[in-house]
Amino acid sequence: MAQKDIELILMRQLASCLATPVFLVDPKGNLVFYNEHAEPILGRRYEETGPMPVEVWSSMFHPMDEFDQEMLPSDLPLVMALRYHRPAHKRFWIRGLDGIKRQIEVTAFPLIGQSMELVGAVSMFAEVME
Amino acid sequence: MKVRFWGTRGSLATPGIDTLRYGGNTSCAQIVGDEGTVIVLDAGTGIRDMTKSFSPKLRRVDVLLSHLHMDHIQGLGFFYALYNPDMEVHIWGPASPTLDLRSRLMRYLSPPLFPVHLRDLPCKLHIHDGVQFNVEIGEFKVSSWQVCHPGPTVGYRIEGAHGTVAYMPDHEPVLGGVRFLADRDWISGMSVADKVDLLIHDSQYTEEEYAHRLGWGHSSMKQAMEFARIAEVGALAPFHHDPTHKDDDLERMLQSAIDQVRPGFPVTPAMEGLTLDVKKR
Repeated sequence: MAQKDIELILMRQLASCLATPVFLVDPKGNLVFYNEHAEPILGRRYEETGPMPVEVWSSMFHPMDEFDQEMLPSDLPLVMALRYHRPAHKRFWIRGLDGIKRQIEVTAFPLIGQSMELVGAVSMFAEVME
Repeated sequence: MKVRFWGTRGSLATPGIDTLRYGGNTSCAQIVGDEGTVIVLDAGTGIRDMTKSFSPKLRRVDVLLSHLHMDHIQGLGFFYALYNPDMEVHIWGPASPTLDLRSRLMRYLSPPLFPVHLRDLPCKLHIHDGVQFNVEIGEFKVSSWQVCHPGPTVGYRIEGAHGTVAYMPDHEPVLGGVRFLADRDWISGMSVADKVDLLIHDSQYTEEEYAHRLGWGHSSMKQAMEFARIAEVGALAPFHHDPTHKDDDLERMLQSAIDQVRPGFPVTPAMEGLTLDVKKR
């Protein structure tokens, strides 16, 4: 059987212990986990959504810029972190799966393992309340 | 295949009257295949005596290092095969993101920590670094995966024609959690241990000790049994005994964990000098 890379396992364990919302993807960008504190912002429990392909999650939250224009998946910090192997940061709007529109601020960074291979990426984010 | 334990203690060699039954040497086990292939698991202080068991006809030995903490390499300088010019010695183990395995080993095998330089060893030395091996060594298929323990650390799966062994002497699969996740592919070490005939696994602590040593990279005896049950192993050999545990303590820990977990497989704590015959179930 194939287990997840140890860096992903450790990141998920860390995310489970954090009160910071965390969203975790594999090297292809597929969602593999988000933690309990991300659930109220995304509008659904992870147990209900489960893992999701990148093309599904990158559009289902309807990310929008400050001009209310739909953002391309390639403009999302997490996708940029995966593509360019460097951190990315952005503030934008999403519509949660509960139908509520929220402004979020996201920092994403790639997870490059001990063998120097990309094993995934993670974003930490917060709802902007100002 | 046969598995013999030459060192079962974790962290620090602990010779003395309190450890006579299970032994005081640090991590070292030997696998001998039906066709004579010899694989050494870690190079703790137990490795010194092991060399005496080698057949004079033996010309190749492979040492699989799980990681480079001192209790797993301290015996390397006393591994006499390294001083035999007729012997081919292969050392396998994890590199770090910044140093290859040879450079990491040289930190120990060079003055002032050790009088002999790695480069001066007369054997035919081959060093293979990496974290995910999938190689054939004699009659065995050997694979490795990174596992949860501080620093680059791997677990090994050794498959022979008549049985499979998994070796994870230092492993903390429940790190940060209160229990194992339901998805097996999210559990560290599961690829190593899945359905093996014998699992040799870290079982250093009692439950009370583990609660105060989260993140130190080890498991409790109970966690080792639970992990073995999830992996559906044929038998478990608890390993890497804590240096503060006397033989009687170890047996109390074992019985307490068996009472709680009620494993449906044999549990035989690793004991210096013990040989286990591993067969397919």
